[in-house]
Amino acid sequence: MKIAGNRVSYTLDSTLESVNRAEQTAESMAAKAGFSDDDRHRISMAVREAAVNAVLHGNAYDPSKKVRVAFENTRDALVITIADEGPGLCEQDVPDPLAPENLLKQSGRGIFLIRSFMDEVRFRPLEPGTEITLIKHVPGNSREHTEEAK
Amino acid sequence: MKASTRQVDGVTVVDLSGRITLGEGSVVLRDTVRDLIGKGDKRILLNLGDVTYIDSSGIGELVSAFTTVRNQGGELKLLKLTKKVHDLLQITKLYTVFDVKDDETQAIASFKK
Repeated sequence: MKIAGNRVSYTLDSTLESVNRAEQTAESMAAKAGFSDDDRHRISMAVREAAVNAVLHGNAYDPSKKVRVAFENTRDALVITIADEGPGLCEQDVPDPLAPENLLKQSGRGIFLIRSFMDEVRFRPLEPGTEITLIKHVPGNSREHTEEAK
Repeated sequence: MKASTRQVDGVTVVDLSGRITLGEGSVVLRDTVRDLIGKGDKRILLNLGDVTYIDSSGIGELVSAFTTVRNQGGELKLLKLTKKVHDLLQITKLYTVFDVKDDETQAIASFKK
């Protein structure tokens, strides 16, 4: 684990234990940032889903591949990045889980939930792998920051 | 995650507690429903009152259990959703797919005889 200012980062194995650790860190960081109970749940669940994607769909539990997770508590937001070393994700290829033909499918809801729970979600291709950035703005702080900047 | 079953008026009530997530929780739910179907129990009420957390894998297992039981000619209903689980099923548009009940007696009575 590396701690630099308000930034915490890990390099984790491709295991379910890593998923749980990322989720627990998200819960802790969200609490420190002052998010409500509901938002803490949303943030930790979004991180869990992103970590599952990295471990399961990205790295496919390959012990030689790592997952890099970073949490940064900026003044305005909690910014989380999760990167895998998998074959890459084409976001456009992910089916809409709310479409009638997909509603009763067993999988395919992870990215939808991440987008539902976070304010901003970005994907960046790596060589190899995918990095996802999740951003949740701290209620009230963004506005204060904007006011001060004027 | 823990699961225990009991029979009430011909309906199998499965009391679930803990987290239904990728890994152990989802497997426990899957195995429990499979065992019930294997024994011919096709009227199943999943009591989620003590389920504290469900992730997308857990949602997938609920959907899979629902379709498996339905394909066998049975019924699977949900009982006592927590707010978090309720919200999750609303977001994923599954709330109207499942038959969700708040009261166990009424839930038991709602199964086809």
